[in-house]
Amino acid sequence: MARMKFICDAERCIECNSCVVACKQEHNIPWGVNRRRVVTLNDGVPGERSISAACMHCSDAPCMAVCPVDCFYKTADGVVLHDKDLCIGCGYCFYACPFGAPQFPQDGAFGLRGKMDKCTFCAGGPEPDGSEAEFQKYGRNRLAEGKLPACAEMCSTKALLGGDGDVLADIYRQRAMARGKGSEVWGWATAYGRPEGKPSAPRPQDKPGPKAPANGNGGKS
Amino acid sequence: MLTRKNAGAAGASPRLRRLSTAKVPTMDRRMFLKRSGLVAGAGAFASQLPYGTMQTAPVANAAEAVKREVHRTVCTHCSVGCSIDAVVENGVWVRHEPVFDSPLNLGAHCVKGASVREHGHGEFRLKSPMKLVGGKYQKITWDQAINEVGDKILALKKEAGPDSIYWVGSSKHSNEQSYLLRKFVSFFGSNNCDHQARICHSTTVAGVANTWGYGAMTNSYNDMNNTKCALYIGSNAAEAHPVSMLHMLHAKETGAKMIVVDPRFTRTAAHADVYVRLRSGTDVAFLFGVLYHIFDNGWEDKQYINDRVYGMDKVREDVMAKWTPDKVTEVCGVPEAQVRQVAEMMAKNRPSTLVWCMGQTQHTIGNAMVRASCIVQLALGNIGVSGGGANIFRGHDNVQGATDVGPNPDSLPGYYGVSAGSWKHYAAVWNVPYEWMQQQFAPGMMEKPGLTVSRWIDGVLEQNEHIDQPSNLRAIVFWGHAPNSQSRGKEMVEAMKKLDMIVVIDPYPSATAAMAAMVRKDGVYLLPACTQFETSGSVTASNRSLQWRERVIRPLFESQTDQALMAAFARKLGFGEQMLKNYDMVKPDGDAKMEEPSPESILKELNRANWTIGYTGQSPERLKLHMKNQHTFDVKTLRANGGPCDGDYYGLPWPCYGTPELKHPGSPNLYDQSKSVMQGGGCFRANFGVERDGVNLLAEDGSYPKGSELTTGYPEFDHVLLKKLGWWEDLTEAEKKAAEGKNWKTDLSGGIQRVAMIHGCHPFGNAKARALVWNFPDAIPQHREPLYSPRPDLIEKYPTHDDKKAFWRLPTLYKSVQEKNKNISQQFPLVLTSGRLVEYEGGGEETRSNPWLAELKQECFVEINPKDANDRGVRHDEYVWVTTPTGAQLKVKAQVTDRVGAGTTFMPFHFSGWWMGKDMLEYYPEGAHPIVRGEAVNTATTYGYDSVTMMQETKTTLCQIEKMSA
Repeated sequence: MARMKFICDAERCIECNSCVVACKQEHNIPWGVNRRRVVTLNDGVPGERSISAACMHCSDAPCMAVCPVDCFYKTADGVVLHDKDLCIGCGYCFYACPFGAPQFPQDGAFGLRGKMDKCTFCAGGPEPDGSEAEFQKYGRNRLAEGKLPACAEMCSTKALLGGDGDVLADIYRQRAMARGKGSEVWGWATAYGRPEGKPSAPRPQDKPGPKAPANGNGGKS
Repeated sequence: MLTRKNAGAAGASPRLRRLSTAKVPTMDRRMFLKRSGLVAGAGAFASQLPYGTMQTAPVANAAEAVKREVHRTVCTHCSVGCSIDAVVENGVWVRHEPVFDSPLNLGAHCVKGASVREHGHGEFRLKSPMKLVGGKYQKITWDQAINEVGDKILALKKEAGPDSIYWVGSSKHSNEQSYLLRKFVSFFGSNNCDHQARICHSTTVAGVANTWGYGAMTNSYNDMNNTKCALYIGSNAAEAHPVSMLHMLHAKETGAKMIVVDPRFTRTAAHADVYVRLRSGTDVAFLFGVLYHIFDNGWEDKQYINDRVYGMDKVREDVMAKWTPDKVTEVCGVPEAQVRQVAEMMAKNRPSTLVWCMGQTQHTIGNAMVRASCIVQLALGNIGVSGGGANIFRGHDNVQGATDVGPNPDSLPGYYGVSAGSWKHYAAVWNVPYEWMQQQFAPGMMEKPGLTVSRWIDGVLEQNEHIDQPSNLRAIVFWGHAPNSQSRGKEMVEAMKKLDMIVVIDPYPSATAAMAAMVRKDGVYLLPACTQFETSGSVTASNRSLQWRERVIRPLFESQTDQALMAAFARKLGFGEQMLKNYDMVKPDGDAKMEEPSPESILKELNRANWTIGYTGQSPERLKLHMKNQHTFDVKTLRANGGPCDGDYYGLPWPCYGTPELKHPGSPNLYDQSKSVMQGGGCFRANFGVERDGVNLLAEDGSYPKGSELTTGYPEFDHVLLKKLGWWEDLTEAEKKAAEGKNWKTDLSGGIQRVAMIHGCHPFGNAKARALVWNFPDAIPQHREPLYSPRPDLIEKYPTHDDKKAFWRLPTLYKSVQEKNKNISQQFPLVLTSGRLVEYEGGGEETRSNPWLAELKQECFVEINPKDANDRGVRHDEYVWVTTPTGAQLKVKAQVTDRVGAGTTFMPFHFSGWWMGKDMLEYYPEGAHPIVRGEAVNTATTYGYDSVTMMQETKTTLCQIEKMSA
C-alpha cells in the first residue's frame, strides 16, 4: 500500500514560506486560513531550524477519533480527508490535533466558526474528483491529476517532500547518510525516548531482509 | 487503533463509500500513480536523483471541457530565474505549475515565486492613467496622458534643455525594454537615465570589471554544486535568493563547507558551518585579515598569481603591514582565531567560492570592499575555476540585463561608454546619422555621463552653479522604480515639491504616488504599465543566462506594455520614426491596445550591436529553443547533452560571441582556461594596456585557454592584429569590408571575433587580472570608516575620502560630513543597517499588494539586541521610534532578538506607505494602495556615496531607538 506522507527536512528548510503560498494560491485559500505554515525554533540564535507543518495525515488520526459527526475518512493512499457537508464546526479536531492543522474561517464559539478547513494533501474531498463542487469546498485535487501536493512540489530547497512514504524515506535516508547526521531527528526512538546514553536504534528498514513499512514510526502502526 | 471508523473501504463513512464506489477514482489513485511511474519507478529513480525531486506524472485527464493553454515564463522577482508554467483558461491565469525541467530551479520556488499568479488578478494595480488634481488622483484617458506629459516634456526641453528631465528606468524591464529605453533617452538627447543597478551592484560592476574584465557573476548558482567551500559575506541568500540555496544546500550535503560573515545572524547563517559576526562596514579589514593568514601560511596559489595576476605583490606588502590580526580585531571585532579559521577553510577546501551582495556594495567604500573580495579569490586561484568564482548574486530578475544593455548614465548598451566612438557605433546600428544624434543633445553634454538615480534629489535641490549641467532637474519619470529604495527620503519629498512634473509609469502607483500627493496638489501623472506576464521578451539571470518569457495573459485593465509606451512617447516627442525604423510594429491585441515594436525585432537589433559582452549570439530563436528543451541541460554544468541544443550552455550565458549562426555555446564560467573559447572558455581581459611602469599586464607564457594557437598573453583583437598574425585572409570578402579599421567590439560583421576564435584565441585578448586598480581612488582597497561611524577613535586612523567637487555632475561630500558628525554616535549610538525579507522585494509595493504575501508579514519592524532593548526599557513587539541624524523618526515594532549583536539594529527596506508615524493611505489613488504599509527605512537614512559609482550608503548609518511614551 502506498501511504502518502509529508516530511520536512530541517537541514534544508530556510523558512521561505513558499509552501504556505503554494498552497494558498493552488486552492484559493482566503486570508486568515493557513493550511500550512512554517515553524521556527531557536529563532535568531545558532541552532535555528525551521520546519513546515500542516496536516500530517496521521496513521492514527486523533481528529478522526474525536469528531462527533464522523466527518473524517481516509483514502486508500492514507490521506485523511473530511466532509464539509457533515462538519459542524465544533473545533474538537482542532483541540485533538497535535499539529494545529484544522483551520476555521471565523473566530467564535461552537457553531460560529464555520466549516473546518485543512490540508487535503491536494486530494480534494468526497465530491467527484476534479468537480467544481470539490474545488469550491476543498480546492484542487492534484492527486487525481497524477500530481503531488503543490507545497512540496514548489519547495525552494526541496526540504518539504510529499508523496509515497517509502519513496520519501529513501530520499531522506540518502540525505541523512550523505550528511552523516540527522537520522536521529525522526522516528520512534526520538518520539518515545531511548535508553540513556545509547545511540538511536537502527531503523527496521536499514536492516537487510524484507522491507518494512516506512511510515516514520519504526514499523509500528 | 484509536479510530472509531472501520478499516474497510479506506475507512470511509457509508455515505462516502457510496460516493467513492460510484465515482471510482479514490481507489484508483494509487494504481494510477503506480502506472504513471511515480510510485513503482520512483524508488530506483530517487536514488540517482541528487535533489530528491519528485517528478510529476503526465496529466491523463481525458476530455477537458475548457480549452487550456500553458505558457512558459520566468518569475519576475529575483535574479535566480525560476521557470513557471502558467495555465490559462479562457484568457484567465488559473494555475501555476512548477517546471521541473528548468535546470536553474528544478521546479522550486520561494514564497514570491509561488505567488506570481496574483499578477493575473492585479487587484491593487493602477488600473487607468491618472492625474493629480487638487491633491486627489483623477482618471484620465491615454490620449490626454500622452499629450499632457509629452507637451510638458517638450516645453521643458525647449526652456531648460534635455538634461532637465530625469529618466529612471527599471531592472524589472526585459532586455528589449531596457535597451529601448536607453535608445529612447539617447534620441531624446540626454544621458540622464539610470536604474536599480546603481543602488544595487554598481560598485560590484565597476570593481569587478576593472579587476578582470566583465562586471558580472563569474560562475552560476548551479556551479555552486561543484564548490568545496562557500564564503557568503554581505549576502542573505536564504531570504534574497532562496532558490539558490537549493544548490548550496545540496553541495553542503556532499561535503562542501559553508561560511557566513554578516553583522546579523541571518537565516543563511543558520545553515552555515561557521558564522562570523563583524561590525557593519568593515569588510575590507576582515577580507584582508583573511588574506593576511593566507599569505602568512603560504596558502596562496603562487603559479596562478605569477601567470594571471598583476600587482599582488604590492597588495601583499600593504596587507602584511596594515592588517595584522590585532588591527583586524580592533576594526571588525572578530577574534583572530575566527579569521584564521575562515582563511584555512577557504584555502584547504578548493575550489572555494565567494558570494557577496548588498552587504558589500552599499557603502561609501563599496568599490574597495568588492575588490578586496576579488583579491582574496585571485590569491587562492579561484577565479576561472568551476566550483570557485566570485558568485555575485544580483537582485532583481533583470538587473543584470538592464546593467548590460539598459539605461545607464555613463554608457550605451553593452558597456560601450558615451565617447564619440561609441555614439558612432550606435548611430550605425540604429541607422541614423551621427550628426543627427549630436543635434539632439545640449552642447557638450553628449559625452558626459549623466546624473545617477541615487542623487537625483540633489539634481533638483543643489544650487545651479554647483551642478555640472545647464539646468537643474525639472521633471522626473519613474519608469518602474521605487522611490523608497533610495536613501535620504526626508530630502526626497522636498525635491518632489520642487519639480515641475513627476511621472510614474508602473503596474502599481508605487510609493512615489503617495509621497508626491502628500506634498503636492498637481503635476503628477500615473500611467499603468503592464507586468512581464502581459508581454514577452528576454531576461538575464544573475548567471548571465538569457531566458525567453512567453506572454501569459493580455494586458490587464487599461495597462500598456512598456515598449508600446516608449513608442508612443517617442512619436509624441518627435523621434518616433527614427527610433522605430528597424523594428516590426505589431498589435498583439488588435486595436484594444497601442501598437508596439515586437520584442523579437528589438532583440535582433540588440544582437547586432552588443559585441563587447557577447550579447550577439542569443537570437530569439535560440532562446526559445532552450526554453522548450530545458530538460536536456545538465544541472551541475548547465550544458545540453544531446537534443536540439547539444553542446550549448543553458540560456547562452553571455559572452556568447559571434553571430547566432556561429553557434557559440555561451560561457558558463568566466575566464576558465580549461575550455577552448569556442566551447565557452576564456581568460582575463586585456582592457588596461599591455604594460604598466615596465611591468607586463598580459598573461605570462603558457597561460592561455585550451587549444589556443597563441600560447602567451596578447592584446585585444582588431584589424591590425589580424593582419599581423596573417589571419586576415580567414575573413570572407564581406567580413573584410566590414572589419577594415574596426576592432572586435565594433566590427558589425562579427568576422574579427569569428576568426580569433577559430584560432582558439579570445577576441578580448589574454591578460592578467588587476589586484591593483590604479584608476580607482584607492588602487589597493583601503578600509575607511563610514561617514556616520560609531567609532570616533577609528575615524582618526581610517578617515574617509576628501570631498569631490564635480562627480557625476554633482559636488559630493566625504570628509566634511564625517568630520561634522565625528561624535554623533553619542546621540545616535546604534548602527542601523537594512536588508531584505523573503516575502517582499525591492521597494515592496508590488509584493505588499499581493494578499498571499502581505498576510505573511504585516508590519515593519526594527531588530534590536536584548541588551540595547533593556537599556532603553523597550519590550518585544511594542512600537518604538527609530531616529537618525537626519531628524527623521520612524514608528516601527521592536523585535528584540539576538539576531543582531549589541550596538547594531536592522530594518527591512521593503516598506513604504507610512511617513514618520502617519499612514499615507489617503494619498494613494483609490483602490490602488498596498495592503500592507509601513515606515520606509530610507526615509531616515543618511548621506553617503561610493567614491567610484555613487552607490548610496544604506548599510552602515547610525540611529537611536526610543520607547514610545504612551
